[in-house]
Amino acid sequence: MKNKNLIYDGTFDGFLSAIFYVFEHKLKSASIQNEFVVQQGLFSEVERIITDEGKANRVWKGIKSKLSSRGSYQLYYAFLSEQSGVEALLLDYIRYALSKVTPVDKDYAHPSVLKIAQIAKSVGREKHRMEAFVRFRLTKDDIYFANIEPDFNVLPLIEKHFKRRYADQKWVIYDIRRGYGLYYDLETVEIVNMDFPANFDFTKTDDEFFSTQEFEFQKLWQDYFKATNIASRKNMKLHVRHVPKRYWKYLSEKQPN
Amino acid sequence: MSFQRTQEKLKILADAAKYDVSCSSSGSKRSNTNKGLGDASGMGICHSYTEDGRCVSLLKILLTNHCIFDCAYCVTRKSNDIKRAAFKVQEVVDLTINFYRRNYIEGLFLSSGIFKSADFTMERLVAVAKKLRLEENFNGYIHLKSIPGASDELMREAGLYADRLSVNIEIPTEAGLKKLAPDKKREDFIKPMVKVKNEIIQYKAEKKILKSTPKFAPAGQSTQMIIGASGENDFQIMQTSNFFYKTYNLKRVYYSGYVPISYDNRLPQIGSAVPMLRENRLYQTDWLMRFYGFDVSEILNEQHQHLDLEVDPKLGWALRNLHEFPVDVNTADKRMLARIPGLGMKSVYKILNARRFRKLNWEHLKKIGVALNRAQYFMVCDSHQFEKRDLTSEKIKGLILQNSTSKYQKSLSNQLNLFG
Ligand code: SF4
Repeated sequence: MKNKNLIYDGTFDGFLSAIFYVFEHKLKSASIQNEFVVQQGLFSEVERIITDEGKANRVWKGIKSKLSSRGSYQLYYAFLSEQSGVEALLLDYIRYALSKVTPVDKDYAHPSVLKIAQIAKSVGREKHRMEAFVRFRLTKDDIYFANIEPDFNVLPLIEKHFKRRYADQKWVIYDIRRGYGLYYDLETVEIVNMDFPANFDFTKTDDEFFSTQEFEFQKLWQDYFKATNIASRKNMKLHVRHVPKRYWKYLSEKQPN
Repeated sequence: MSFQRTQEKLKILADAAKYDVSCSSSGSKRSNTNKGLGDASGMGICHSYTEDGRCVSLLKILLTNHCIFDCAYCVTRKSNDIKRAAFKVQEVVDLTINFYRRNYIEGLFLSSGIFKSADFTMERLVAVAKKLRLEENFNGYIHLKSIPGASDELMREAGLYADRLSVNIEIPTEAGLKKLAPDKKREDFIKPMVKVKNEIIQYKAEKKILKSTPKFAPAGQSTQMIIGASGENDFQIMQTSNFFYKTYNLKRVYYSGYVPISYDNRLPQIGSAVPMLRENRLYQTDWLMRFYGFDVSEILNEQHQHLDLEVDPKLGWALRNLHEFPVDVNTADKRMLARIPGLGMKSVYKILNARRFRKLNWEHLKKIGVALNRAQYFMVCDSHQFEKRDLTSEKIKGLILQNSTSKYQKSLSNQLNLFG
């Protein structure tokens, strides 16, 4: 039988709809691909999957009933990694999970289970880092604005954290790599797309866009950061391990000045 | 708030506070209420790291570096010729709130030199916390340093607004304290610890009856000891530590390698190295006591008064107790798995889970992430490749050190990502 190539729209629901298709048609071999990163196999039949929330929910319910809550969040985390080939791993994992009576998420000696756990762990680490390294800047419109560029698509994962923590201020966290952000307006969090002015510098704060106070507090934070260092214990290797360089450009304490 | 004056003060008062190593902001259960600001209910987050590799999670400052005392090991001491400054209560509140809103910090760690008297100082520390909670509706983390000698009434109030209280005993033994901090009395540290411990117990008991009882220092209390300033050995230090954990229910004891800051012939001279590796070994021992089920006397006792700097304390213990090994990872209980060198608690739990599905062999263990480099000499698994070689402790130690120099170099830090 020919290999089926299932193209979905990149959303989690879309992916689950593709899984639905696999089981509905009892496909033995199928590859599931995000339409934004399609690399078609030469000898495979292409099938466009229409995202269907109802089907997606059914699949998700089925999976959840077979996995522990940890297992299902690992699966979702791994999906958000956007790593190439992750769909195949997930499919394998789901097949294995559905074939067993007891949850398999701790069967670390099984290759896909282990792999998914590892990917989920990296995504979890990135989520945690974003919770730490988001730096809000107060705009002239009284909104606390932050831009990030995470390796994985972690915005959906950090929403709750920031909503709970900053309940009394308006804020935006914008993923500039993926071109969307979260906006909290004191009531709910919405997904937003923004157009930035051509002269907007994501690493800088200036009074065209940001409040005058903003610069002062950044300066105080930078001073504080400097003052807390104990020179005789300096250990840059350790420092860089904790704060990898790729995050530096948007950290206010790391800005040259 | 005048930016320039605050800036000047912040530089001085953050600089003076940096020697306090307590930075943890976890363990509280204060969650956001009434749509206020902040949340201290989850795990603490390190928002940045200093260039020396320590975590920055709290705005850690002194309210003032004026002090009427003259403790030899302290930059703030009376006789030290330095610039002095003092924050106003409102300035600390503004800094905390504005740093928090920008996601720089988890909260505030406020300590102080003693100006005028213990109570006069403590009152102001309490005022900061009170303002943050009542006026700013702030639910982030607050850690207040108790001023030795402050009244019970102020300590009680402090506990109502702070998540954690601490008082630093600084010097592990009474004799050392007498020598280096002649103005201080050990009772003055102990008294607030007893008070806090009793209040916590009382509030917990009341809470069972009355749901609306406010929380009292929900993240408990901690203390700090300076290492390498007054000649105590590791056995003495860990005994003191153990005593404080057991007697006053402390959540954490911090160990702070002494950073020479003065030309005082009672102390290591300026330029002497900070005992970082030793500090690290003490933290490891502390972890073994708190999370790995070790009794402190198994690691340090009359016969072994010093921690081995070459190997971590768990490995050290294993090498002295080879008769307990090898452990069979497929059958051993949690306690013994936790005692295998190179196995962290995470790996222990992974093994316990994974072995329900199949018998584990070296390949499985490697995949799970066990550091076999150390562990292999202390365990057997479902594998024929294993041959029990009768190696002596010295031989094993040599083999491990040979293969792990870089790893041990890395652990020259004061952070605790160890036992991996
Ligand atoms: S009382 Fe505290 S601040 Fe004052 S000199 Fe002693 S340790 Fe330093």
